Amino acid sequence: MSAKPVNAAIEGWHTLDTDKPQLLGSRCDSCGTYYFPKMLKYCRNPGCDSSDFSEVPLSRTGKIWSYTNACYKPPEPFVADDPFVPYSIAAVELAEEQMIVLGQVVKGVDVDQLKVGMDVELVLETLHETEEDTKVTWKWKPVA
Amino acid sequence: MSNDIAILGVGMHPWGKWGHNFVDYGVHAARAAIADAGIDWKDVGFVSGAATMRNGYPGYVAGATFAQALGWQGAEVNTSYAACASGSQALAAARTKILSGECEVALVVGADTTPKGFLAPAKGYRPEDPDWVRFYLGITNPTYFALYARRRMDVYGDTEEDFGLVKVKNSEHGFTNPNARYKKKFTLDDVAQSAMVADPLRLLNVCATSDGGAAIIVCSMDYAKKMGKGDAVKVAAISTVTPTFASEVVEMPDIATDSAAAAGVEAHRFRASLPVKAYEEAGVGPEDVSVAEVYDLSSALELDWYEDLQFCKRGEAAQLVREGVTKLGGRLPVNTSGGLACFGEAVPAQALAQVCELTWQLRGQAGDRQVDNAKVGITANQGLFGHGSSVIVKR
Repeated sequence: MSAKPVNAAIEGWHTLDTDKPQLLGSRCDSCGTYYFPKMLKYCRNPGCDSSDFSEVPLSRTGKIWSYTNACYKPPEPFVADDPFVPYSIAAVELAEEQMIVLGQVVKGVDVDQLKVGMDVELVLETLHETEEDTKVTWKWKPVA
Repeated sequence: MSNDIAILGVGMHPWGKWGHNFVDYGVHAARAAIADAGIDWKDVGFVSGAATMRNGYPGYVAGATFAQALGWQGAEVNTSYAACASGSQALAAARTKILSGECEVALVVGADTTPKGFLAPAKGYRPEDPDWVRFYLGITNPTYFALYARRRMDVYGDTEEDFGLVKVKNSEHGFTNPNARYKKKFTLDDVAQSAMVADPLRLLNVCATSDGGAAIIVCSMDYAKKMGKGDAVKVAAISTVTPTFASEVVEMPDIATDSAAAAGVEAHRFRASLPVKAYEEAGVGPEDVSVAEVYDLSSALELDWYEDLQFCKRGEAAQLVREGVTKLGGRLPVNTSGGLACFGEAVPAQALAQVCELTWQLRGQAGDRQVDNAKVGITANQGLFGHGSSVIVKR
């Protein structure tokens, strides 16, 4: 294992709780609309003109809305392993928030192991390494 | 009072990877449209350009760039940028100008020169830009289209072969189109043997980016009559509506959808809301459509459009392609030009190219691609950041 410090690839978008991590979003204090990435300035619900928000952790489990994979290396700013290893991607519905959040699926899970409607949970996994630290991000993992 | 305007002329520069300055394609297309209209360039009172973001300042002011290239003659200019709907917004600007009586004849033109490979975002650490975020996390354009395609498979029972049938159909349609870039009749086997890009989409299921140019001369109905062309093909509707909060479909380049926790989900998804306004404006329905040009960024997405355009109930689109309904000779041919499958996308020109094809179809000038007795045509496309359009033309 690398002894480098672990940091979020995108700072402030999720907790760094290794056991039960959560995405960090926001919720409009007036109408209750959730936002991810977090919105703290103006509510985008056309029926609401609030500018008051609370930061909230989002549900860490959901159901797969759809899924795919990346067979080719994406362009920068993506940092690819060398050689490139294809990975799966899932769009996951969060029931409480009534929203869909995209993310990679944990390493080692192939598309033929996924299905629309499948239960998944949020985990943290390495996105890439830098000279100074290990950048982790949220990924979806099928619930055993 | 009618809100129709007449299409006097259409023209295109063939799609390809020519590597020339985008202005060359625009001028070529504009001159072809002017000649087709039988007018003089100096008769044009308004030049409405669709912008390109990949060619520096001349691209941002495309209307003026094309007006200068064709020779300054005092016309007013406008430039529209609305991603894939740029051409339709430029057409809408020309229509407004004509219907308000401020001008009689307008040139609408868009052209692009595209780089090779993936379209990549600007550099740096920029988490406030959703386009940067998704590339950083490994989510590219094909990801979104693959998510929609897979959902069709798991929810409606579509198969990879259904998506292949769309590609085979479009490649047959575009085979003789002089403006198409790819002229090869692909087989289902060719599609199945092509490399997987984003499961379930293979290389032959996703569209490329191309260079190209398209132009249209539009005018008031009075002007068309004076020209002896009162029976010209008409623009009957242009819809460029934005989405309605909260959208239930995750759209490029976002990493998440709106939350519907407070607002609920709207009855019409964004793509489906585009033709609703167009049908209403034109006073026609899906049962009146003779031919359609839709944005097949992926061959599976073409099936979504059948449902969004109300050609069938949601979930039943694959049946249309299986039965040959949307093939030339079928009841409702779709993408007779060959679609993006044969063209590749030249963003600011693409929505106009769709209108060019429908104009040729409604005039009976589509050659081997001709749909018998075509009377009403509809386009549909969707791009980034809430842009999309649907145009209806009729005879």
